[in-house]
Amino acid sequence: MQKRIYGIETEYGIIFTPEGRKTLPVEKAIRFLFERLITTEHFLNVFLENGARFYQDTGCHPEYATPECAAPGQLIVYDRAGERILEDLQAYAEEKIREERIPGKLSIFKNNTDFVGNSYGCHENYLVDRDVDFYYLAEQLIPFLVTRQIYTGAGKVFQTQDGVRYCVSQRAQHIYQKISGTTTNDRSIINTRDEPHADREKYRRLHVIVGDSNMSEYTNFVKVGTCAIVLQMIEDNYISKDFTLRNPVKAIKDLTFDTTCKRRLRLDNGREYSPIEIQREYCELAWKYMEQYPVSEDLKKAVGMWQHVLDCLDDDPSKLDHQIDWVIKRRMIESYIEAKGTTWSDPRVFMLDLQYHDIRRSRGLFYLLERAGAAERLFTDEEIDYAKNEPPPDTRAKMRGEFIKLAREHSIQYDLDWSNIRLGNLLNVRVICNNPLESDTEKVAELVRTIQKTNLRKTSLSKLVIQS
Amino acid sequence: MAETKQGQKARSGGGGEGGDAPGRGAASKIEKKGADLKAEMDSLVEEIDAVLEENAEEFVKNYVQRGGE
Repeated sequence: MQKRIYGIETEYGIIFTPEGRKTLPVEKAIRFLFERLITTEHFLNVFLENGARFYQDTGCHPEYATPECAAPGQLIVYDRAGERILEDLQAYAEEKIREERIPGKLSIFKNNTDFVGNSYGCHENYLVDRDVDFYYLAEQLIPFLVTRQIYTGAGKVFQTQDGVRYCVSQRAQHIYQKISGTTTNDRSIINTRDEPHADREKYRRLHVIVGDSNMSEYTNFVKVGTCAIVLQMIEDNYISKDFTLRNPVKAIKDLTFDTTCKRRLRLDNGREYSPIEIQREYCELAWKYMEQYPVSEDLKKAVGMWQHVLDCLDDDPSKLDHQIDWVIKRRMIESYIEAKGTTWSDPRVFMLDLQYHDIRRSRGLFYLLERAGAAERLFTDEEIDYAKNEPPPDTRAKMRGEFIKLAREHSIQYDLDWSNIRLGNLLNVRVICNNPLESDTEKVAELVRTIQKTNLRKTSLSKLVIQS
Repeated sequence: MAETKQGQKARSGGGGEGGDAPGRGAASKIEKKGADLKAEMDSLVEEIDAVLEENAEEFVKNYVQRGGE
């Protein structure tokens, strides 16, 4: 597919630390986060003016789903805009907490684990051609997804029976299946949830739940860009590698403990390869593919970065200490340990790990490193700020975002989901947009004009459905 | 870390430019880079200390989440 729709859903960790006897249940803290959002939709589940969705997820996590994006770079900007939106909402919630006179601190983290073994996810979504055979897709994608953690991992300080170890990935320890339909128990490498929010005959949705939440723009971009080019090659039937792993679930867990990235994995055919070698094969194939097929600028850029990352990993992973999350974080911790003359088992080391993911720019250690020039950027603050309030111009999110603005301006009642806009006092007027690549906002504006003319509050319009 | 150790060495070695002797210029450049990195990391550690949660042990122990989707 030349034109693909991308999305990322991020579940955030949230905790209130009381400084006194009085505490605040996390449910209430989340309610405070939502209070500032004006909407006529259901509380705790709203769409924002940039087309994104913000809601309370299973396990009481605030979750932000980016609007439909048309390119990996755009997606990363919208994912980061989510961090900034949540940071604003957190400031508001903190004010409410002060008003309630509950002394304490609210913290929100963009990571995937606590320290007792619970995990919450970062889900990537790719719209994929329905014609692709799912088993071929899974067969090619599993070895890729298992081994990509060497450059997509966010890093984790892990307490084991033999002491403290530094792992490449946050999420890898929480994967139990090769393929499955659930996301809460028995999490899998390939998830079969297939809600394309688009024409089902043309598209399926690939829901990838094995990835870590990334702080680094560079890491996040490489993660999405490489997966997209691999998918494009799969759709064109271009890959016929046999990297079927003998035990992919064991492999994903073993790899996370290997910070050299050179540990060999056994394939079904008896051969053994390191994750770098497997990734190199896919990367080389991508270079060849690009000579023969048209590929978007973002994907070309991602393949170049992919090559760079693999070369560095081969030589010395420390070379990526400005680019890849797990290496950036490790360098920060090592420097701290050395400066303080302490060891890896110092509780402050665990705190450094956690606070790397704090979404407040004033306290988040990743942001601190980024400001100091110790983490490479791909985008500007201006681009991210813009994406907080404006939808992507080239997808369905544009119609949704523009509609929300108009509806608020004219105090029109509405309800939304990914492919429907319902409005009017009985929510009986409906715009269906089943094509996520459509961005015709004139339809939305016309609809709002019609509503204003007929004055929906007094007369009830007969059911009006606009198919888009 | 290799570069910070190198930095320490450069610092204890004391001042003085490498001079014009062939080869020494490059070596001192590397040492200087090491020293810069060490200074950069030291100032970063200070900044980190200023914002790092004080009750680290308590905080981490209490950081329990419910499993997500």
